[in-house]
Amino acid sequence: MRQILLFISIIFVGLLFIARLFFLQVYQDNSNNLYEDNAIRKVYDYPKRGFVYDRNGKLLVSNQPSYDVMVIPREVKPLDTLEFCSLLKIDKEQFITTYKKAYTYSPRLPYVFLPQLSKEDYAVLQEKMRKFEGFYIQKRSLRNYETTIGANVLGDIGEVNQRIMNKNPYYKMGDLIGMQGIEASYETTLRGVKGIKFIQKDRFNRNIGPYKKGKFDTLPESGKDIKTTIDATLQAYGEILMANKRGGIIAIEPSTGEILSMVAAPTYNPNLLVGRDRSKNFTKLYNDSIAKPLFNRSLQGVYNPGSPFKLMNALVALQEGVISTDEKVTCYAGYKFGNRFMKCHCRNGTRNDMVHGIQESCNAYFATIYRRILDKPENASIGINVWSDHVKSFGLGNFLNNDLYVGQKGRIPNRDYYKGIYPKTFYSTYTISNAIGQGEVATTPIQLANMIAAIANRGYYFTPHIIKEIKDETLDLNFTTPKYTTIDKQHFEPVIEGMLNVYKYGTAKYLQIPDIDICGKTGTVENFVKIDSVKTQLTDHSIFVAFAPKNNPKIAIAVFVENGYFGSRFAGKIASLMIEKYIKGSITRKDLENFVLNHSLEDEYAKPYSGVPFKINRETKLQTIPIEEVNKLKEQLTKLEY
Amino acid sequence: MFRQTDRHFKFDWVTIILFLILVVFGWMNILSASHTGITIDYTNFSQPYGRQLIFIGLTLILIIFILSIDAKFYERFASLIFIVSMLSLVGLFLFGKNVNGATSWYGIGGMTLQPSEFAKAATALAVAKYISDLNTDIRTFKDQIRIFIIIIIPAFLILLQNDAGSTLVYASFFFVLYREGLPKIYLTLALALVAISILALKFGPIITSVLAIVVIITNYIIQKKKPVILQPILTVLACVVIAFGIKFFYQNILQPHQQDRISLWLRLEKDPQKIAQMRRDILYNLYESEKAISSGGITGRGFLEGTRTTGKFVPEQHTDYIFSTVGEEWGFLGSVFVVIVFVLLMLRVLKLAELQKSQFSRVYGYSVASILFFHFMINIGMVMGLIPTIGIPLPFFSYGGSGLWGFTILLFIFIKLDSNRINEW
Repeated sequence: MRQILLFISIIFVGLLFIARLFFLQVYQDNSNNLYEDNAIRKVYDYPKRGFVYDRNGKLLVSNQPSYDVMVIPREVKPLDTLEFCSLLKIDKEQFITTYKKAYTYSPRLPYVFLPQLSKEDYAVLQEKMRKFEGFYIQKRSLRNYETTIGANVLGDIGEVNQRIMNKNPYYKMGDLIGMQGIEASYETTLRGVKGIKFIQKDRFNRNIGPYKKGKFDTLPESGKDIKTTIDATLQAYGEILMANKRGGIIAIEPSTGEILSMVAAPTYNPNLLVGRDRSKNFTKLYNDSIAKPLFNRSLQGVYNPGSPFKLMNALVALQEGVISTDEKVTCYAGYKFGNRFMKCHCRNGTRNDMVHGIQESCNAYFATIYRRILDKPENASIGINVWSDHVKSFGLGNFLNNDLYVGQKGRIPNRDYYKGIYPKTFYSTYTISNAIGQGEVATTPIQLANMIAAIANRGYYFTPHIIKEIKDETLDLNFTTPKYTTIDKQHFEPVIEGMLNVYKYGTAKYLQIPDIDICGKTGTVENFVKIDSVKTQLTDHSIFVAFAPKNNPKIAIAVFVENGYFGSRFAGKIASLMIEKYIKGSITRKDLENFVLNHSLEDEYAKPYSGVPFKINRETKLQTIPIEEVNKLKEQLTKLEY
Repeated sequence: MFRQTDRHFKFDWVTIILFLILVVFGWMNILSASHTGITIDYTNFSQPYGRQLIFIGLTLILIIFILSIDAKFYERFASLIFIVSMLSLVGLFLFGKNVNGATSWYGIGGMTLQPSEFAKAATALAVAKYISDLNTDIRTFKDQIRIFIIIIIPAFLILLQNDAGSTLVYASFFFVLYREGLPKIYLTLALALVAISILALKFGPIITSVLAIVVIITNYIIQKKKPVILQPILTVLACVVIAFGIKFFYQNILQPHQQDRISLWLRLEKDPQKIAQMRRDILYNLYESEKAISSGGITGRGFLEGTRTTGKFVPEQHTDYIFSTVGEEWGFLGSVFVVIVFVLLMLRVLKLAELQKSQFSRVYGYSVASILFFHFMINIGMVMGLIPTIGIPLPFFSYGGSGLWGFTILLFIFIKLDSNRINEW
C-alpha cells in the first residue's frame, strides 16, 4: 500500500484528465466552424443585387446607394451632441434613446444608429464624420423602383429577422432578403453570393491581420439580372383600369404559360417599401384590413368561379360522352330537381344545344349535364370523383407549383370532401350548384386564367410563370413542358365555338373588339358575408374569362372585380380592353375605357361596414368618379402609349 | 536497454528522452502562444519564444554540469545547499522584486531569477538527507516534527512572498513521508481534513459536525475492540473545531479573489446573476482556456493555427495556461499525448526510485516524482477547470527560465544519483 499510493494517484489523475479532455474536446459539441469562431471577425462584401426587366427589356427595378450611420458605443468619445443632432436631423431625446438602445444591444458591436440617410444629408455629414469618434457611415444598397406599377409582382426586400437567420445561416444581422413577389421567389438568383474576409482578432477585439493570409476569403458574386414575363405597359394599363376597384387580372400567353400581367387591386407604389419609411409604410399597408393592399387577389383570392366554370363542365360532359354537341336541353326558366328549383334567365321552354348553352349561360343546360356526368357510373360517389379528376387536370383545386411567392389551392371537391356532410347517401342533386360554378368549387383568378389558357391551347397548358430569362441559365423544365389535360382535343372546338358566340351574340356582345375574334365567358358570382352574425348577400362579383384570337391565341385572361355585379359590367370590359391593348397596342373602344375609368366601386365596398341596411345588385346606383380624378387616370394613360 | 557498462550510457535515457520531448513540445507551444505577427523571428529575444530558446540552451549546459559532478556531492552537501537556498528566499525580503503582487524574483541585469523554483530541489535533498540518516526513525514523533519543520520553512517563506500556489507544492512531500513509514493516522487525518473542509464550506459547519458525530459514534459502536471513551470524544471535538475553523478561515483570512475561486469551484453561490458576474471577472482566464481547449476538437487546429491562441484570448497562455495551447492546436490527441508523456515520466522516476539501493536516492527520487505530480495535477486540473485557480507552472512546458532550470536540476540530480546506483559505495 505504501509503495503504490503515489503510483495509483498518478494513474488516477492521468485517467481523470483524459476523461475531462474527452468531455471538453470530443463529447461537447464544438464546431471548428470558422463562422462560429468568435476569435475570427467576418467581414462581408455585398454584391450588387440583380436588376429586374420586363419582357420587352424595360428596366423595372435597379439599385440605389443608401447610407446608415453606425455606432460602436464603447468607442464613442464625448462629442458635440448639438451639432451631431442637427446634422442627422434628430432631436436630443432621440439621440439619447437610440444610444441607450445601442448600448443595451452591445457596447462592442456595431449598431445602426440612423438608417438610410438621403444623399444630401450624407454629403454634409461625411465631411464632419471624423469629429465623432465611434460613429461611422456604412454604405448599403437599396432597391430603386423605376416604375410605380407592379408592387405585388415585383415585391420588395427587407431586413432578415431572427427566424430567417435560424433557418438559413447565409443571412446575418442586417442582411436584406426578398420579402414578397419576384424579390422573394428569385432571391438566390438576384442576391448573388456575398464575399467574406476572415480576420483574426485578439481578445481586445482588435484586428490582427487576415486569418491564414486570406486563404479562405471569397470574392462576392454578383446577383444575376432577370427578365420577367410581365409586359410593363399591359400591367400598368391593367392597374389603371382597376383603380377604385378591388380584384385581380391575370393575363397569360397560352403558348408558353408566361404571365403577361398580374394585377391585384388595390395596389400601392412599390417605392413606399424602400428606405427609411419602409416599416412605417409596411405597417400601414399591413393594417389596412379592409382594402388589404398586400393581399394579392389575383393569386390568393379564392372565389366561386361562377359561370366560367360551366366551360369546364361542358368539356367533362363531352369527354365522358354524356351529351352530344347537338342534343338540345329544354330550359323551364330554370331547372327542377326533386322539389327544388334552380332559376335561369332563359325564357320558359328555350331549347339549347351546347353552343347556345354556353352562349346564353343556361343554368338548366349545365345542371342537366352535370347530373349526367355524376350519374354515368353506378352511383354519384364514383361519378363525382371522375368529374373531380378531370377538373383537376386543368390545374384547378391545387397549387400551381410555380415561381410565384404566394398562392392558394382553391377547392375542387370529390367524394371524400363531401363525406362529412353526406356520410351515407350521395346523389348528384346534392352538389348541383357545382354545375354553375357556385357551391363548393372555388378557384383563384390565376387558376381560371390557366384554365382558359388550356382551353385556348385545346388541351394542354404550361404552368404559369413569371420568369422569362436568367442569363446563362435554362428555365425550370416545369415551365417549358406542356401539361396535358384529360380532355381530348376534339371536344374543345364546340366549347370554343360557344365562347366565340358569347362575344358575337351572347352576354358579351357589346364588348366586341373590331378585327379580333375573342372567345370569352361572363360570370356573375353571388357572395355573402356575415354582418353582425347575419348572413347578408352583397352585390355579385363581376367575373370574366377570355382568350384571343380564336385561332393561334396570344392571350388568355381572367378578370375578377369584387362586387362589380354582372360579368360584362366591369370584368368583361376590362378583359376586352386588356386584349385589345395587348394585341393591337392601342384602344379603339374608348367607350369601354371611359366607362371603366369613370366608375368606382368604393361605395359598394363601404356598404358592409356602414352599419345601415343597404341594397345590392340591380337596386344600386353606379358611383361615378369626379372628373379631376378621371383626368388624372387618363393622364397616366397617355404616358403608357408605346 | 541503454544501460551499458560505458559510463556515458549509464544514465537512464528513457527519462532523458521523455524530458526532451516535453521541453521541445513545450517550446513549440510557447511559440504558438506568444508569436505576434505573421513572421516568426527566432532570434527575437524580446519575445518569450526567443528567450525560452536561450533558457533551453542554458539548460543543456546546466545538465552537463549536474551530471558531471560526483553523485556523492549531492548527499554530502545537501544540508548546505538547503541552507543556501533558504537564505536566498530570505534575501527576497531585502532585495526582491515585486512582479504581479508576489515578491518572488531577483532582478539580475535584464534577467529575473525566482529562488522558490530552486528551493524545491533543495528541500527534496534536505528531506532525503534527514530521512536517510541512520539515527532517524520517522515513526517517532520527534523526527516527524523535525522533518515537518524542514518542509514548513520554505513553504512558509514562499507564502510570505504571496505565492500561495508554490507553497501548496510542499504538501507533495506527504507522499514521500508516507512511503518512508509515516504512520497511517496521518493519511486518515489528511483525508478527513480535506473531507471536513469541503463539507463545511459546502453545507456549513453545523451539518458537517453532526455528520462527523454520527460517523464517529457508528464507528465506535461497531468496533469490536473498543478504545477508551475519551478518544471518540476528542475526535468529535476536533472535527467540530476544524469545521468551524475552516469556515472562519474562508470568510476572514482568505482574500476575496481566493474566496471567489473556491466559491465557484464548490458552487457555493446560488444567485445565477452573481455567478455569471464572477465567471466574467475572476474566471475569465479559465473560461477562455476551456474554450480554447474545446475548440481544438479531436485533431486540433494545427501548429500555429489556433485562432484563440493567435488572438491571445487566454491571458498568461505561455506560462500557467500553456496547456490550453496544446488543447486548441493539437486537439484531443495531442493533449492526451502530453498527459501520457507526463504520466510515463513520473512513473519512470517512481520506478527508478524504488530500485535505488541507498535510502537517500530513493527518498530524493520519490520527492521528484511527488513534486512533478503536484505540479502536473494542479496545473492541468486548473486549466481544464477541475480545481480552483492556483497559479503554478507546468513543469518543462511553461515559459520561464527559473522554472525550467528548477525542474531540470530537480530531475537531473536524480538521474545522476540513479546512474551511480550500480557502483554504490
